Amino acid sequence: MSIKKFAVAVYDDEAVLFPAVKKVRGAGYKIHDVFTPFAVHGLDEALGEKESDLHIAGFIYGITGTCTALGFMGWIFTTDWPQNFGGKPNFPLPAFIPITFELTVLFAAVGMVLTFCYLNQIMPGVKKHIFDPRQTDDKFVMVIEVNDQNASETEAFLKATGAEATNIQVAESDWWFGRFDKKEDYEIQQQLA
Amino acid sequence: MHLKYESIIREPLVDGDKSYHQITEDICAPIENKPTKLWTIGFLISASLLAFGIFSVTWEVYWGTGVWNLNRTIGWGYDITNFVWWVGIGHAGTLISAILLLFRQGWRTGVNRAAEAMTIFAVMCAGQFPIWHMGRVWDAFFVLPYGNTRGPLWPNFISPLLWDVFAISTYFTVSLLFWYSGLIPDFATLRDRAKTKFRKMSYGIASFGWAGSAKHWQRHEMLSLVLAGLSTPLVLSVHTIVSFDFATSIVPGWHTTIFPPYFVAGAVFSGFAMVQTLLVITRKVLNLQEYITIGHIEAMNKVIVLTGSIVGVAYLTELFIAYYSGALWEQEAFRLRVMGPYWWAYWAMMTCNVVSPQLFWFKKLRRNVWFTFFMSIIVNIGMWFERFVIIMSLHRDYLPSSWSYYTPSWPEVGFYLGSFGLFFTCYFLFAKYFPVIAIAEIKFILKTSGENFKNKMDVIEEANTEHFIEEQLHHH
Repeated sequence: MSIKKFAVAVYDDEAVLFPAVKKVRGAGYKIHDVFTPFAVHGLDEALGEKESDLHIAGFIYGITGTCTALGFMGWIFTTDWPQNFGGKPNFPLPAFIPITFELTVLFAAVGMVLTFCYLNQIMPGVKKHIFDPRQTDDKFVMVIEVNDQNASETEAFLKATGAEATNIQVAESDWWFGRFDKKEDYEIQQQLA
Repeated sequence: MHLKYESIIREPLVDGDKSYHQITEDICAPIENKPTKLWTIGFLISASLLAFGIFSVTWEVYWGTGVWNLNRTIGWGYDITNFVWWVGIGHAGTLISAILLLFRQGWRTGVNRAAEAMTIFAVMCAGQFPIWHMGRVWDAFFVLPYGNTRGPLWPNFISPLLWDVFAISTYFTVSLLFWYSGLIPDFATLRDRAKTKFRKMSYGIASFGWAGSAKHWQRHEMLSLVLAGLSTPLVLSVHTIVSFDFATSIVPGWHTTIFPPYFVAGAVFSGFAMVQTLLVITRKVLNLQEYITIGHIEAMNKVIVLTGSIVGVAYLTELFIAYYSGALWEQEAFRLRVMGPYWWAYWAMMTCNVVSPQLFWFKKLRRNVWFTFFMSIIVNIGMWFERFVIIMSLHRDYLPSSWSYYTPSWPEVGFYLGSFGLFFTCYFLFAKYFPVIAIAEIKFILKTSGENFKNKMDVIEEANTEHFIEEQLHHH
């Protein structure tokens, strides 16, 4: 949790954004983040992000579900309370499959969504700084962390990459508990400045 | 930067001259404007139906299931008919959102949000029926395997009725998660354009603080893909398990191996019909004809004619196998379906499900909105009768002295009407406060499938191939 200074560039189209990302990275700037209104395919690669491992987490949760279902039903039917259903075996594997399958899916889905929320640090009641209110509408926003010395230089560079608008913002880089209808202290200061 | 190129021969999925911003405006408009008179009237009708449903159920709980006209031998009646019907309806939403995602069908983006909402509401309605059918509903939690003081005494894990408990609750949970994870970015869009304090706050909470970071989008894509992969076998398993409620019994007419695929096809069939019923109205009232185009309606009608034909083949197969089995009771069960006391239900089912959908082979009819709406109602009636016919197989059992006829009592009809109330109350609230079309997903397909962008492709289509490749290589 820290308040930092950012150079913000707003692009109008992803076709402008991609060459800009290339130029900015080529010039040695470290991109803090890029915000887009929808999933732009190939942007993660252009930013040098490695592929998400979320599916591996999903697999592990799924296997946990499988083992939980089989283990629990098996323990009940063979050890805890064995019963004779029409002379059938105490561990009727085919009849366990439906519940085992359902629990596999349930564990995988719930686990993955929770992991997704944890990794992205999103939750009801969490607030994040929105650099441009139209970044969830139709604008593509690139953000670079700057200090007092290189701020104007960075902003000028971003302007030259084809940004529609640029500005300098002092903002919380992380999330905090807050409401979107209320202004935080630094947001008010920023507006006064 | 779109690697996918779509031929101009394919119909555009977004009509009109749309930009990213225009999409946001169009889809958010019904949420940000005051509700129309039509919405208010519809909502009030639904809410009163729901109230009547609550009254009917309260009546049943107070007096016991005796107020329902169930008897020996017909122990399931309206209640389980409605349960199977509603669960089946839910299946179209998951098919659209999950299976069509895996098949990379672009047209799903226009309809998936509303279809999946429909799934969730339909499953909510379906769940009511077995729960209240338990009679002593305060003991409903007995179906859960919790550590109790009676041993502990566990539920019977090899009973299809218990599989249903797991299947339906998993189906509901996973559909809800899938739907909501798609809604998060769209709620963020609504939040950032909100003018009122209340909207800013509520969509702020609902959006989980989503900002649209590139890394988050990457994970979001991965999450959608894996959830689609999980939902695909899940949706097939749910109606399979529902069919096991019948198929694993030894009742003539129920004990057949054809039930799982036949139930799944029927579920998709009725689900798509319900999607059509809702969307034909929604697109008109919310002015979204450019996003849910005639092309979308036609695509869904094609699914209806396919699944309707599968269901038709299944009906005929059932009859043939009953004859070919040589089993006396099986033959008699099917003879009674066709010519017994419930012949009218059987023939209503045959007409609505098998004969009438065949009209969709005509392109003109597939693309006719009014005809589609009419047919969607017919199919829903037909599929309700299918379940009714199956459950009414119980009216003749092995003991002639207990043969009976069943007509529902008012609390049963009231309960059924109440489920419509629940469904439409939820749907009206959804249509007013939620984006009925996935905003972010439509933006994603705009440049490949939008009408204005497709028109620009004429130049590329006419260009020399060699020249085009050369240019593309230099561009990247």
